[in-house]
Amino acid sequence: MTVTVLAFARYADLLGTDQFEMTLPMGATLKDLLDLVRTRPGGDTLPSALVVAVNRRQAGLDAPIAAGDEIALLPPMAGG
Amino acid sequence: MTAPLPAPFLTDTVLQVEPLIRRVTSAEHGAVVVFQGVVRNRHQGKPVQGLEYTSYPAMAEDVARTIVHEAEMRWPVRVAAMHRVGALDVGECAVIVAVGAGHREEAFMACQHVIDEIKRRVPIWKHERYADGSADWVDPMALDEAGTTGPRARASDG
Repeated sequence: MTVTVLAFARYADLLGTDQFEMTLPMGATLKDLLDLVRTRPGGDTLPSALVVAVNRRQAGLDAPIAAGDEIALLPPMAGG
Repeated sequence: MTAPLPAPFLTDTVLQVEPLIRRVTSAEHGAVVVFQGVVRNRHQGKPVQGLEYTSYPAMAEDVARTIVHEAEMRWPVRVAAMHRVGALDVGECAVIVAVGAGHREEAFMACQHVIDEIKRRVPIWKHERYADGSADWVDPMALDEAGTTGPRARASDG
């Protein structure tokens, strides 16, 4: 199955892109996806603890991933 | 339950305070508190020339709506909030929270709560340009670790 990954702000700089797709086996969790993201160019420079949203809601590492999900890597928020 | 089309939280044009005040003003509201966050000319001692806010727009709108709703459930208040994105100069308004209430106590409390939650939860990021030509993403958590009083340090209710 394929999911879309969005990277914002510093994380987009580190990965050299703000959007890409990843293919995972059915039944994969958010942790599986992040392990795969870390194998991409620049992925090893991401912090060990990441805030991640699945379909616009923050989710934990054990969250299941489904085909077509939008996974967002969120740096520390700095609005205001 | 379908509400009418919600007012947007993000805008890439100059923020105007009067329309937000109008949205929270009513005959029952004896108090209107407004917070405006303005681009500061210094960050950790470095002169700032300007900055650019970027966001995850769809999630930012969802989270901001949730924060406003939570405040309106917790206190007898009406809340309007907007945040600007894109390039801003020093002195420009970046965020406005307007709160109307029967009395000032709940208006001040709700306003403080909403701006703290916006800073903590809404996916918006700030890229600052400094006078020396450098630029960097701002990390508020790094500020907290440095002992500065950030929103988390002041938050009373987690």
